[in-house]
Amino acid sequence: MSRGARLWLYALAGLVALSVVRTVTGADDLTSAGTMRAAIIAAIPIALAGLGGLWSERAGVVNIGLEGMMILGTLGAGYYTYYQGPWVGLLGAMMFGAIGGVLHALATVVFTVDHIVSGVAVNIIAAGVAGFLAEVFFADLEGGGPTQSPSLERPMSITVPGISDWSADLSAQRWFLVSDLAGLINALTAGLSIFTVLALLALAGTGWLLWHSAFGLRLRSCGESPSSAETLGVNVYRYKFLAVTMSGVFAGFAGCYLAVVASSGYANGQTGGRGYIGLAAMIFGNWRPGGLLTGSLLFGFTEGARLRQGGESVHALLLLIGVALLALAAWQLYRARRAVALLAATVGAGALWWYLATEAVPDSFTEMTPYVATLLVLALFSQRLRMPAADGQPYRRGEAG
Amino acid sequence: MTTVRRLMVGAAAPALAFVVAAAVTSVVLVAAGDSPADFWRVLLSAPDPRDYVAIANATAVLYLSGLAAAIGFRMNLFNIGVEGQYRVATFAGAVFAGQALLPGALNTAATILVAMAAGAAWAGIAALLRVLRGVSEVISTIMLNAIAVSLVAFLLQKVGRRQGETFRTDTIPESSWVPSFPLVPGESSQVYGLALLAVVAGVGFAVLLNRTRFGFDLRATGHSESAAVASGVNVRRMVVYTLLLSGAVAGLIGMPELFGGSHAYGSTIQTGIGFTGIAVALLGRNHPWGIAVAALIFGYLNQQASPLGVTADISTEIIAVTQGVVVLSVVIAYEVVRRYRVRAEQAEVARQLRRERGAQAVSP
Repeated sequence: MSRGARLWLYALAGLVALSVVRTVTGADDLTSAGTMRAAIIAAIPIALAGLGGLWSERAGVVNIGLEGMMILGTLGAGYYTYYQGPWVGLLGAMMFGAIGGVLHALATVVFTVDHIVSGVAVNIIAAGVAGFLAEVFFADLEGGGPTQSPSLERPMSITVPGISDWSADLSAQRWFLVSDLAGLINALTAGLSIFTVLALLALAGTGWLLWHSAFGLRLRSCGESPSSAETLGVNVYRYKFLAVTMSGVFAGFAGCYLAVVASSGYANGQTGGRGYIGLAAMIFGNWRPGGLLTGSLLFGFTEGARLRQGGESVHALLLLIGVALLALAAWQLYRARRAVALLAATVGAGALWWYLATEAVPDSFTEMTPYVATLLVLALFSQRLRMPAADGQPYRRGEAG
Repeated sequence: MTTVRRLMVGAAAPALAFVVAAAVTSVVLVAAGDSPADFWRVLLSAPDPRDYVAIANATAVLYLSGLAAAIGFRMNLFNIGVEGQYRVATFAGAVFAGQALLPGALNTAATILVAMAAGAAWAGIAALLRVLRGVSEVISTIMLNAIAVSLVAFLLQKVGRRQGETFRTDTIPESSWVPSFPLVPGESSQVYGLALLAVVAGVGFAVLLNRTRFGFDLRATGHSESAAVASGVNVRRMVVYTLLLSGAVAGLIGMPELFGGSHAYGSTIQTGIGFTGIAVALLGRNHPWGIAVAALIFGYLNQQASPLGVTADISTEIIAVTQGVVVLSVVIAYEVVRRYRVRAEQAEVARQLRRERGAQAVSP
């Protein structure tokens, strides 16, 4: 089966599972159009940050500075959208993110500083710059303040006439599977932000560029074996520099999406670690665009469910997680992988017990959901992942053996 | 290279970094329409006696935080989770101390152990994920930071007492408080007694690193994992021990304030120390003395920046830019200096070879 077909199959299986859980638990908001919309809005910034990570890590540079570049993106979006509208805001966010990218590239590619060290420094600088400039930019504006911008103009959104109404009706019927699918269709056809479409295009475009063009092959060769690339005449420095800068551009886009689509303006601390979650989504997705989108949707969905009927929906998800983990445990036991089976069984049983013993999950715990999900997913699947062979290693021309 | 030249090259890197940081800060200020002159006047003015005390307290706390990060860094383990470990540990310590299960100073000593154990346990999750499941500690500790914040908030509501809008743990009995000592004679504000923990931890770190087998293995693994394995180091065990130790030191960060100032865990807990500690460790090159200097610099900058908003109408956030740029430029500067040294040594070798060849040509 091709990779694409398998992704569709996974998506369908996920929807069926959610539908079963919704029917069993009666947590009707779990797959409503509103939750699906919230899930998409939560998933896109994570996917864009992950896309930034993909560019950088495919060229061999680990990028935990994504968080900082995203922060710069929110600031750029806040400033330029206020004065020039969302499209210039997007460009401004990308430019601000790119500045962070250039900084990281300068440190890691030109000066071969440790990638994690440089990433941490970029995050510190970005948070400081954003905190300082936010006060300069927004403190004196009407409706703004030292830590937040006034509300900003939103980019246009697309509503497909006919399908949107029809799917909204269907979604409200609560039929098995049909209504859940209708909820998803409604989220994609009613009030879909143009930036969401743009983000998905960027993801598909990156997939094509990196895996189906000579440019992409050269860029990825820098992440797998820079010395080999060098012998074939690839200017490794140039490719790495470009890749890390593009990484900043996409992280900036992620920040812009957060500021103008997911909320109504810039605010300090708005990114809330989504850059890191994007990185985790990319790792979960095995350094591939389709996989990282799947990971982002997973995290986005838990976030979306939390934001709506948090206590009830996350509680229902516990049932799904519990059953899925126990099934995984049985499968792994059959494959004689006892450690994974034990881990999955323990956490799965815990989740089931929690589901049965309580009525709703407290808010503090729903806040943790995306982070716990990240840890769990990485713990269970990390063995199947393969990162670019030279990812994170310093490279200097002529020094590699 | 002569000794003098070597020393000058060594001092060049940090000096260069501070010049760059000063320049970048000034440029940002000018670009934002603020006056760099005002900024530097406030920052470089002589601290008041009260400021000395605040700087000393901040330095001690930042030193512990930097030390916690540095233990991992020396082994190329990136414990980004000092912040989470510090929060979990301080909360656990405050709850334990508030119970007053033991009398007086015993309670204090036991609490410090509880906090260290809690910090180590929180770091231990990342350690287990790393050695058993191969999850990078960078990602797992970042996630654990976020989880720690929510978890502690939840538990605080469960076990804490409501006080107005917020919750706080039971106050520690007065017999377990640790008295502060005066730094400047006649000044009412004093240095936390447990600030001395920083000195103890620093000495312990230096001894551990330079005088024990564990420290040797740790440094060896950091320099070259394959060489360490070849010499019989059990790297997986080292990863677990190092992260546990790092978490245990992170558990100490909150102690001076807990026993000397707040006497309970509440919403006033200082946030972000764990992250600043990473910067302090990087600036101090993960060296016990280096971290001390870095902690002092950061403590000084934080304290001196606090009146900026009032006296110069500049946002105090600017100091975070200065600190971040210092960290990034110091690591870059060290790399530049290292390259310069390598080149200088190569040139030296080449010169000597030439001289010897010249001598051989003459002698027969």
